[in-house]
Amino acid sequence: MTLSQCHIGDKVRVKSLRMSENKSKRLMDMGLIPGTTLEILRVAPFGDPVAIKLRGFQISFRKSEAKNIIVEAI
Amino acid sequence: MTVFVLAGNPNVGKTALFNLLTGTRQQVGNWSGVTVEKRFGVMKYNQSVHVVDLPGVYSLSPFSAEEKVATRYLINEKIDTLINIVDASNLERNLYFTIQLLEFGKPIVMSLNMMDVAKSRGIKIDILKMRERLGIPIIPMMVRKSEGIGEFLKTLDMPIKSLNFKINYNQKIEDAIGKIENLITSLPQSKQHNSRWVALQLLEGNTEVRELFKKEDILSKVDSIIKELGFYLELSVAQTIREERFRWIGELLQEVVTFDYVKEKTWTERIDAVLTHKWLGIPLFLLFMFLTFQMTFTWVGTPLQDILDDWISGPFSETTARILTSIGADQWLIQLIVDGIIAGVGGVLVFVPQIFVLFLIISFLEDSGYMARAAFIMDKAMSKIGLNGKAFIPLFVGFGCNVPAIMSARTIEQPKERLITILLSPFMSCTARLPVYALFISIFFVKYQSLVIFSLYLLGIIVAIILGLTFKELFKKEEDSIFIIELPPYRIPIVKSLLLSTWDKGKKFLKKAGTVIFGMSVVLWFLANFSWSGMVEMDESLLADLGKLIAPVFAPLGFGTWQAGVSLISGFVAKEIIISSLSIVYGAGGDSIAHLTTIIQSVFNPVSAYAFMVFVLLYTPCMATLVVMKKEIGSWKWPLFSLMYSFSIAWIFSFVVYQIGSLFI
Ligand SMILES: Nc1nc2c(ncn2[C@@H]2O[C@H](COP(=O)(O)OP(=O)(O)O)[C@@H](O)[C@H]2O)c(=O)[nH]1
Repeated sequence: MTLSQCHIGDKVRVKSLRMSENKSKRLMDMGLIPGTTLEILRVAPFGDPVAIKLRGFQISFRKSEAKNIIVEAI
Repeated sequence: MTVFVLAGNPNVGKTALFNLLTGTRQQVGNWSGVTVEKRFGVMKYNQSVHVVDLPGVYSLSPFSAEEKVATRYLINEKIDTLINIVDASNLERNLYFTIQLLEFGKPIVMSLNMMDVAKSRGIKIDILKMRERLGIPIIPMMVRKSEGIGEFLKTLDMPIKSLNFKINYNQKIEDAIGKIENLITSLPQSKQHNSRWVALQLLEGNTEVRELFKKEDILSKVDSIIKELGFYLELSVAQTIREERFRWIGELLQEVVTFDYVKEKTWTERIDAVLTHKWLGIPLFLLFMFLTFQMTFTWVGTPLQDILDDWISGPFSETTARILTSIGADQWLIQLIVDGIIAGVGGVLVFVPQIFVLFLIISFLEDSGYMARAAFIMDKAMSKIGLNGKAFIPLFVGFGCNVPAIMSARTIEQPKERLITILLSPFMSCTARLPVYALFISIFFVKYQSLVIFSLYLLGIIVAIILGLTFKELFKKEEDSIFIIELPPYRIPIVKSLLLSTWDKGKKFLKKAGTVIFGMSVVLWFLANFSWSGMVEMDESLLADLGKLIAPVFAPLGFGTWQAGVSLISGFVAKEIIISSLSIVYGAGGDSIAHLTTIIQSVFNPVSAYAFMVFVLLYTPCMATLVVMKKEIGSWKWPLFSLMYSFSIAWIFSFVVYQIGSLFI
């Protein structure tokens, strides 16, 4: 399942990142690596981007990124 | 001289610590922007120590222009001790950066900040054990309340040894590290840097470190080592290294961190539930924008401005003139000082309160954490014109001044998006243009004051949107757009930090008034009162000759007088000068403000006045803006392009306004 298929409030674990090295490096440098637990907090008022909580802090990225993050339920 | 370098993630209190260490004696390379510049200062407690504040970054592998500043500094500049500031409430992510600094091998002291936040979240840290495991001094602090600073300074006074920190990566990676180290041992670069660190950074693809070796032929060998390594690993090399670092951190935290309790919802999440709410988010955002302008222009800025204006044009001018007369100064000198300098510089100085209020609000929005939410809310809308949410911040700062606006575009990772943001910033009506609006509005549109101002700001935004759409089509992007941003916890800003950053941004205006505008006022006054044959009537002056040359260009726009032409040309130096030169060329002789008003009433009508304001809004960015564009983009091509198309756009819009408007008058 991809992160974009999850709902607000879901908690999931990252399995892999399927995106350009540039983007995945940035996400990984912020701590989003395979094995990390994510919680989906919110979607922006216009419907994109999303806000995610991980390792105790929040980041935001677009649904186009969320589509390429493979996750599993926990 | 000893150099301490502050490094850490964004939003961890780095600026606050920097302010605490340097007091107010700090300098910012050129403009400060949104802490994107390299700042440096002299240590308050020890004059021989310099402190450098680097931009906050998550990793040494740079991505945006801003992150490159930090990495380049570490690679190329003098560092005696690194001060790594770490957010205790967010250890995992912060330590990821710390590890890269530790591997770098320079002496490090850690300031473990935000102990109060950590405590409130039930996080307990065994600092002794952490010191032991990382091998560096760690000082728990609360920079906000100046707690821990004593111990911190004591630690900095002691000799700090270089360290030999090492994470054991898996065997395959260790082998690759060894191979790369062998490749580079004979090169001079490995004398300057820890070769293990260099090897690791090359493995994870750090572009700046690669840059170091671009002249050697080892990069292709490095690439084949990476490729070979890739066969053995399940994930990519860059991914594996990161994963192992996080695993190492996880194990460390198991040992040193315990939780008293786990808090389900933080304050930040509760506030976000309202401020970024599906329905409430946008109205609240608009409300904040409205309040910002209302405070700047109506509630606080303008009343202060009126007081200042009355004082400068009244008592101050009169007293100066009286003193000059009493000491027997020549009439021309009195005129130069009162009609030239005081009118010129004073006309600009009166806007200082508004500028400071606006910058204060911008600093508040930044420090409180709301700016990141504004980017979050606006991203979708901005993406429609080929930008991303992060562009909101530079464009918003542009209402204050385009120079820091353009600099703060550095946080935008994608070069094309950054370029478009930079090119659009000048259409945000900066405070320097306000004096012109204020003057014309007070003469022609008193009843519709807010409406006219609002229409001008809106026009700037609309032109920016149209251009954004055009640029989006013109340079179809190969690289895909990136928007990844941290939403930091909401925090109550530190008053001192706010004032310092407001002062940082605002003092340039004072400086400009004291230098460029002062100088231009003197020059303009002379040009306006002299010709080759000596002092003459203004109509025959050198300035008039120059103005008459260009006036025809503006005739179709309704302001083809030499005075208007001259003011627009001089406004290229700084837009505030438009008003200075109008005061000089029209205001000569006596009570300047009232006089200026009468003259302007006789040469402009409401339509040509509005056309003039439109022209001032849209035309060529000022010199400082063009120079900073060149500096940020790296070539003159785009600034020159901007110069020309803004002029054309301004001409066209003004023309349309004047021609259509004239039909109704
Ligand atoms: N609670 C708490 N807040 C702090 C502390 N130190 C700094 N802050 C706040 O953290 C925010 C970010 O600080 P700043 O110095 O701008 O961080 P920078 O982005 O790393 O330069 C500011 O709003 C500060 O008020 C601290 O020890 N405790």
